[in-house]
Amino acid sequence: MAKNSVRLQIITPSRKFFDEKVDMAIVRTSNGYMGLLHDHESVVTTLDMGVIRIQQNGKERRASLMGGFAEVLPDQITILTDEAEWPEEIDVDRAKAAKKRAEERLSEKAQEYNMARTQAALKRALVRIEVSEHHTNAK
Amino acid sequence: MASMRDIKRRIKSVNSTQQITKAMNLVSAAKLQKAKTNLEGTRPFFQKVQQTIASIVKNSEGLNHPYLTVREVKKSAFIVVTSDRGLCGGYNANVSKEALRHMVDKNVQLITVGKKGRDFFKRKKINSEGEFPGVSENPTYAEAARIGQLVLDLYAKTEIDEVYLAYTSFKSTIQQEPTVIKLLPVDADKFQQMSAGEENSVMNYDPSEEEVLNYVIPRYVYTVLFGALAESAASEQGARMTAMDSATENAYDMIDSLTLKFNRARQASITQELSEIVGGAEALK
Repeated sequence: MAKNSVRLQIITPSRKFFDEKVDMAIVRTSNGYMGLLHDHESVVTTLDMGVIRIQQNGKERRASLMGGFAEVLPDQITILTDEAEWPEEIDVDRAKAAKKRAEERLSEKAQEYNMARTQAALKRALVRIEVSEHHTNAK
Repeated sequence: MASMRDIKRRIKSVNSTQQITKAMNLVSAAKLQKAKTNLEGTRPFFQKVQQTIASIVKNSEGLNHPYLTVREVKKSAFIVVTSDRGLCGGYNANVSKEALRHMVDKNVQLITVGKKGRDFFKRKKINSEGEFPGVSENPTYAEAARIGQLVLDLYAKTEIDEVYLAYTSFKSTIQQEPTVIKLLPVDADKFQQMSAGEENSVMNYDPSEEEVLNYVIPRYVYTVLFGALAESAASEQGARMTAMDSATENAYDMIDSLTLKFNRARQASITQELSEIVGGAEALK
């Protein structure tokens, strides 16, 4: 198993989030989910906001990724993203508050809010809640 | 000669000023450490973004992207990064003046980060059309993205045709250099040179080169901005540290010379008192 692992790097603007060998990474691209294994063909793809699933020695870890893009080479995957968080780092209450706020704004259809931005905020909140709830349920 | 009491009062006042400058020196030394670590953290992301743009530009000849095309310049935007607080030597004046030098003969639209830059240009009768106070000491990527979004919007609406960025690049703790760079349009040639040495690997782009570029170029702008903000923050602390260090040094010198003066005045007053006593005793004989 070990020789078929691939190096995964996740970099955010302020830190190196992750840099280890993994067996498989499942990311959400703009065209749907993509599972990345060793010896994948070279591709650069944009990512949607969503959960990344990292499989390592039979264990799976999840993290939230806020958009970004991935550069996939046969022996290395590099993901650049605006923000990445482990479930432990997510402030669920804040995410829930953000979700509520965004939903209210969307239902009001008020002109003063930028729709695209509000929708993005809602999506971010949903991803965060998903990641952290999966984490607490798994315990 | 000033009276003993006056000199004593001055010594006291210089001494308390010195205590303040000393404390500020220590504070900015600590902040500098933090700013430096932040700065280091921004580099890997920036390099990767740069590499990716470079390889796309290289692999796709004749790519036409609005952010890459140079157009006729009618209005130039300047983003000037300064601090909110003073007491950091020539830090703010240097970068503002450097920006001003580049603005000659240009139709300028000004965007300032930090209060000091805004005030500087206000005195020169140039109003800033976008202001971002309160970000310069502890910049975040979100703030950089907000500034970036503003200029990208203006650029897309062709309200501005090029964007310059004036910031202070951090060479070392004692050396900072005001720098002006061109942010938009992105210079594709520069990237072509950068990737000249790399091996040519076949790369697929999903969904397409344009889509990836659409995502990557704004990030490039944000990260350049973020990097500039982080460098400026480190420079500000470095400049303040040096300024406060020399202020403390000067206070020492002043106290020394004032103490000397004080002792002379004390001696003079004792001599006078003595001669008065002797004179009085003499008169009684």
